Amino acid sequence: MLANFDFSVITSSLPYLFFEGMRFTLTLTALAALGGIALGTLIAMMRLSGLPVIPLVAKTYVNLFRSLPLVLVIFWFYFLVPYLGQWVTGADRPMTVGAFTSSLVTFTLFEAAYFSEIMRAGIQSIPKGQAAAAQALGMTYWTSMRTVILPQVFRNMTPILLTQTIVLFQDTSLVYVLSITDFLGAASKVAQRDGRLVEMYLFAAVVYFAVCFVASMAVRQLQKKIAIIR
Amino acid sequence: MNYNWNWGIFFEASPEGTGTYADMLLSGLTWTIVTALCSWVIAFLLGSLVGVMRTLPNRAANAVGTTYVELFRNIPLLVQMFLWYFVLPEVLPEQWGSWLKQLPNAPFYTAVVCLGFFTASRVAEQVRAGIQSLPRGQKMAGTALGLTVGQTYRHVLLPNAYRIILPPLTSEFLNNLKNTSVALTIGLLELTARARAMQEFSFQVFEAFTAATILYVIINVVVIFISSWIERRVAIPGSR
Repeated sequence: MLANFDFSVITSSLPYLFFEGMRFTLTLTALAALGGIALGTLIAMMRLSGLPVIPLVAKTYVNLFRSLPLVLVIFWFYFLVPYLGQWVTGADRPMTVGAFTSSLVTFTLFEAAYFSEIMRAGIQSIPKGQAAAAQALGMTYWTSMRTVILPQVFRNMTPILLTQTIVLFQDTSLVYVLSITDFLGAASKVAQRDGRLVEMYLFAAVVYFAVCFVASMAVRQLQKKIAIIR
Repeated sequence: MNYNWNWGIFFEASPEGTGTYADMLLSGLTWTIVTALCSWVIAFLLGSLVGVMRTLPNRAANAVGTTYVELFRNIPLLVQMFLWYFVLPEVLPEQWGSWLKQLPNAPFYTAVVCLGFFTASRVAEQVRAGIQSLPRGQKMAGTALGLTVGQTYRHVLLPNAYRIILPPLTSEFLNNLKNTSVALTIGLLELTARARAMQEFSFQVFEAFTAATILYVIINVVVIFISSWIERRVAIPGSR
């Protein structure tokens, strides 16, 4: 029962939980979101390009990642990244890759599939006349994308991109399967060391809830602001 | 890549003595599908209830519905899994707790309940969106015909709403199916767990994961196929 709930195990492990665990979680979330949005934008552009084959490649990439569970993808890349590193650098043995690099590659490539769907919807929602007008003004494809289309897409899609980033923040907890010390990993290590599962897991739940709830409220506020301007 | 490929590995006996590695993966696939289907029943029923509550003209019902959705959406699934599996038996009265811990197949029941409650919050949002997308006149017409609120939902609003949200419900079903892999952390021997075990026993990492990948892709294709068949079957003649 909750009668022997021990707060001291939480307070004494706070520095470890936040400076080790939460720092890993937040860094991973931020970098993977930036990388995922950049790559996702490229994939969306590939998918909407009229070029041969390339749209099909982009579509296959997105559909493949979207049909796999993240846990399986985490395992895939954990074993695959050393070989990929060897292939890229031309070394003669598989590279040693740290936990952080491995999970950053995984989350960037995985989330890019989801971000690209958001960006694709955003690009498609811009009236076709704008691309045509840019072309009529003599802009190249890249100039019109950079100066006309994408700025509007990012502006319209910011709330959805941020919501997806909150999902990403929650998903990073799955690096637990590689015994990495992210926020949940840290909580779980303390929980098992001190035999205090109830306290640590409840505390982790409260922290995740607080962060995600506040963040999603902020996104909702932002959405209202943007809705008035448009 | 200097990796020793060995695709024949699937037909070799696994060290568990219950058959080949292929049998091992297929038993994992079965657990994945069974867990996904059982948890979907909870998710669908509970999600519909919560979604309807959020559209009712009743403050208390709205508040309960909103709280449910916010609570289950803002905590990572893995943390929820741990709460159900490790924390719940400890905070319940002692007898209930030890009954839970001694339950055979505890990871399976925990996963079903956890995924059911988690996915219900997502289903609820879809149901609410579906009901709110209907023209207001439908609810009014129901009332004008003398239907009670319950009857209006049962005969007018829900049948239309479910038809509208069938595509997003399909992706929620697929998310639920993929999320079963999170239950490997509490010891459910589903497909990803079996692929991982095969990798540990045989060291054939990429064969194991490739097979699991192909199986997941196949289930996805089958589910999408079934869903579009249902969509055609239930379409109201003349609409669209």
